[in-house]
This record gives sequence, C-alpha cells and structure tokens, in this order.
Amino acid sequence: MNIKHLLAAIAALAVAGAALAAGADLGQSVKQATNWTAIAMFAVFVGGTLYITKWAASKTKTAADFYTAGGGITGFQNGLAIAGDYMSAASFLGISGLVFANGFDGLIFSIGWLVGWPIITFLMAERLRNLGKFTFADVASYRFAQTPVRIFAATASLVIVAFYMIAQMVGAGQLIKILFGLEYMYAEILVGTIMMMYVLFGGMTATTWVQIIKAVMLLFGATFMAASVLLQFGFSPDALFAKAVEIHPKHDALMSPGALIKDPISAISVGMALMFGTAGLPHILMRFFTVPNAKEARKSVAWATTWIGYFYILTFIIGFGAITNLIPNPADFYVGGEIAKGLKGGGNMAAVHLAQAVGGNLFLGFISAVAFATILAVVAGLTLSGASAVSHDLYASVFAKGCSSESELRVSKITTICLGVLAVVLGIAFEKENVAYMVMLAFTIACSSNFPVLFMSVLWRNCTTRGAVVGGFVGLILAVVLTIGSASVWEAVMGNPKGSAWFPYNSAAIFSMFAAFFTIWLVSILDNSEQAKKERALYPAQQLRSETGLGASGASGH
Amino acid sequence: MQDTLDRITANPKFLKFVAKRNTYSSIMTILGSIAYYGFILLVAFNKEWLGTKLGPGMTTSIGVPIGVGVIVFTIILTWVYVRRSNGEFDSENEAIIAEARK
Repeated sequence: MNIKHLLAAIAALAVAGAALAAGADLGQSVKQATNWTAIAMFAVFVGGTLYITKWAASKTKTAADFYTAGGGITGFQNGLAIAGDYMSAASFLGISGLVFANGFDGLIFSIGWLVGWPIITFLMAERLRNLGKFTFADVASYRFAQTPVRIFAATASLVIVAFYMIAQMVGAGQLIKILFGLEYMYAEILVGTIMMMYVLFGGMTATTWVQIIKAVMLLFGATFMAASVLLQFGFSPDALFAKAVEIHPKHDALMSPGALIKDPISAISVGMALMFGTAGLPHILMRFFTVPNAKEARKSVAWATTWIGYFYILTFIIGFGAITNLIPNPADFYVGGEIAKGLKGGGNMAAVHLAQAVGGNLFLGFISAVAFATILAVVAGLTLSGASAVSHDLYASVFAKGCSSESELRVSKITTICLGVLAVVLGIAFEKENVAYMVMLAFTIACSSNFPVLFMSVLWRNCTTRGAVVGGFVGLILAVVLTIGSASVWEAVMGNPKGSAWFPYNSAAIFSMFAAFFTIWLVSILDNSEQAKKERALYPAQQLRSETGLGASGASGH
Repeated sequence: MQDTLDRITANPKFLKFVAKRNTYSSIMTILGSIAYYGFILLVAFNKEWLGTKLGPGMTTSIGVPIGVGVIVFTIILTWVYVRRSNGEFDSENEAIIAEARK
C-alpha cells in the first residue's frame, strides 16, 4: 500500500461515513508468518472460556437460563458485558488506525459510537427490563397481537444480525490471517466452531462471561498501551501531539477535522443511525433481560457507557502513540522498510504494531489474542440473539404456541447450530467482497425498524399493532433500499460508474427513521378496528408495569 | 393484585410522578443530543476554529479537549441520571406501591 493508495483509502473512508471505522474494513490482507506466541495466548483464552462454558452448561437447564442467564447477572457485570459486545475488534483496530492516518477525525468517529448509550439509559433501559422477559419483541408486543409483531421483530432482528455477522466474520478471517498466519478458511471454521460451543452449551451465562473476560482483557491491554505511550512523553499529551505533528506526513492537519464530514445532512444522518441504532440492536437489547431488575438495568448502561467512553479516549492516545513509535522505525513496521509502501498488514494494524513496539513479542501475542477473542465474543452474542428471535419469537410465540420450555430450548439450540454454519458459509462467501457498509447498514435498519416500534409501542398510547408492523417494515425496507442507492454500495460494491448513485447522502437513517415514525403514527390513528380499541385500552396497564416494575418478570432464581 | 394496580392508577401522585420522571429523562436526552449534534455541527461548519491552538507554543488544538469533553460529559450525564433514578425516583415509586398495598 503506497501513499497514493492510502489516500484513496482515506477518501473512501470519508465517502462511506462512519461505516468503516466500526465495520470490518480490515482490507484485503496478506497472510503473515505463523505467530506462535499469539496462538499460545489465544489457546489459553479459549481453554479458559471453554472451562467456563462447561460450568455454565451445568446451570443452563431452562429456556430462561439459555436466553438470560436466569436473570442473575449484576449491573456491573452486565455493563462490562455490554461494553464487550460493543467494543469490537474492528472498532479497536479501525478507530486507532483512523487516528494513526488522520488524527482528529478518529475522535469524531468514536464520539458518534458513544452517544447512543445515554439515550438507551434515559428512555429505554428500565422500560425494557420491566416489560420484557427474553427478547425485545416481548416488550414491543406487550399489548399487541402477538403473531404480526413477533414476525416483524424476528425478521428485523435476523436481518440486522445477518449484516452485522457477515461484517464480523469477514473481519475475523482477514485479521486472523494477519495476526496468526492462519488460512482464511480455517480462521472462519475456527471462529464458527468455538463460538457455537459457547452458545450451544453455555447459553447466555457463558456468552456473558466470555464478554466480561474479553472486555477486561481489552481494557487492560489498551490501558497498558496508552500508559506506555504517555510515559514516553512524561505524561504530557501535548508533547505527544507535538512529536506526532512533527513526523507525520500530514503535520498540523492532524490536529483539526479533515474531510471526514462533508455535508451536514450526512453528518446528522450518520449521527442518528449511531445514536438510535444502538437502541435497536437485538444483541444489545437482549442484555437488559439478564439483570434482576430496573435498578440493575440502569446501572449496567451507566457502567457500559463509562467503559466504552474510556476505551475510546484510549484509542485516540494509541493512534497518536502509533504515529510516534512506528514512523521512526520503518524497517520494523513498514512493508519493505519503506513508509511509502504502508504498514505491514495494512493501515488497521497500527495498534497491533504499537503493541509490539511498547511491549515486545509477548504483548503483541496478548493483543492479537485479545483481538481474536473480541470477534469470538461479539459473534457469540449475535448468534444468541438470532437464535432467540427464531426460537422464542417465531417458534414458541407463533408456530408452536404454548410449547414446553424444553422444546423451546431444543429449537434454540438447533437454531444456534444453523446460524453457526450459516455464519461460516457467509464469511467464506463474502471473503473478497467489500463488506464495509454492512455494520452501518445494520445500525440504520435498527434505528428505522426496531427502535421506532419499541419507542412508540411503549410510550404512545394510540399506537396499534397495524401501525407498529406497517411502520416497522416501511423503515426496514427503506433503510435497505436507500443504502443500496448510496455511493458506498451503488458505486463501491455494485461497480456502477462514479457519480451514478441515486441517493446523494452517506446514510439513509434520517429519512428511513422519520418514515418509520410517520407511518406508525399515520396508520395507528387511522386504525379504528376493534383490536385497536382493545390495544389502546390496555395502555394504562402497560404503562403501570413499565413505570413501576410491578409484575415484571424477576430473576428465575438459581 | 388487581386492586393494588387500580389504586395506583387512580392515585394522582402516580401520574405526577411519571410525568416528573419523564420530563427529567427528556431534559437529559436533549442535553446529550445538544452536546453531540453541537459538536458535529462545529465539525461541519467551523473546522478552522476547532483547529486553533490552545495556547502559544502548544500543539493541542481546541478540538481535542472539546471532543474528549463530549465523551466525559456523556459519561457524567448518564451517571447523574442513574443516581437520581436509582435513589430519589425509586424510593418515590416504592412509596406509591406501598401506599396502594395498604
């Protein structure tokens, strides 16, 4: 990768908006020599987590255990697990790589990824906990006709999970190729198999603990790197910035916003997708049912926000530290020892190379293992939420109403296996595809379908089944169609000529989310059916439970 | 149980309590949004100002403390909300429930 390619890549970043930083744009990577330290560290992690899975399996007997770990996770633990779900390998490597290349722009990205959390805390956390049991569809369908709402919720969840999963799986394969020197195909099968073992045998208990361990490892590793960097400069960030500005080809431009945000509409639209999309991601929403009550639910988001915010401040320091540590040593970190040819393994490897620079091979192995563990944990969480959408929302609530907890559990395990196989197949199928837009698309769909339906069903008395389902589907379809029409898919993925994209903005969210809310409102007020009257009459009872927590499903008591 | 629920719904304190708490959540949501969208609009419209140096001889630009400030503000805002909700609001909530159970 020479400077020209690097610049082209940066320009592409600017076009695709926030998608790339958290997306899996780890580039078409070159396989590296097998890294035994990293593999050994990773083996220890997998061994430890599989041991935990064995323990968790002994506690996973009912559907409630499988979906929510019996509701016995504390707020602090759940906060770490949520942070673990959210701090993906791509956001760690992608954002620090972006800071390494562009400086300040990386900070703009990370802020966008944080601001959804207070919204969840203020508007959703306790209502979710008070109304729900296993999935967010429990909340959205509380006073509505079960079948249509559940079918909608399961559809939207599976679509979101699919896009998010493909991005993670492709990212995993590329990353492992670089970090461990493994073949792409083996990397996919390895991720798929281990992740399936966590979910299949240990359910939510194992998945939560894998997230917690990984979050602690990632926070520790990032703290160590940032502290090592600051130590080199006597803990003066200004001295660090001064050195970076001196040696980086962009010089002083590092310290101010660059071309990342071009038009305000795209900027606000991307911001809305991140802000409200977070409150519509099924694997995040699912975490609110693992705590015993609303108090713990609120505490868990506060902790999650704290850890995620802290982590993003660290990635900013890590990115600058990579500039001051890697650029002076091109022989060690650059292709052929020439800065013009780019970093070994691509621009997203900045944090990984920095790990070697400040902590030697042992720490490099540790960070590589953490990056792999991160992908495993995120994919496990996604699979679990996809499985619960099928087994709880479709099977147990629509197709086999009143089935036993055992048969529901069996269906969720079969679904887990299917999703695991599907993840590996999709990961391999999309190896050479550009999947950078997929995470952003998942967020856009989440903020235009799940979030409006959830918000309106819980907070607006006049909302009806018809309104929620029609509006939710309108948002879902519009989010997908408009994203396809934007430059990052129409031109970059589908290969249409430059300038032919018929949707002029980076992000569809502002339009699709508005359309969803408007449709829910319009269809609901026009709905005068008997069913609608019944649903409106049920609102006070729903409000009572969502506001006071009276009658909320408690911990299943293990 | 149904009696308790009916008594709570009929209690004017309950509706007042819900309204108060919802107003509080809305204010906090607006504060969080202002911080974020304010920052984004600054980035979109006033890049030069964000790039201004903090002081003579310094490399750090104004944008860095503002950006880090938005992150820290978001975290603090969340904790302020959770403290009040888990303390004051939850006690009021429990009092209303207890009153209805008498």
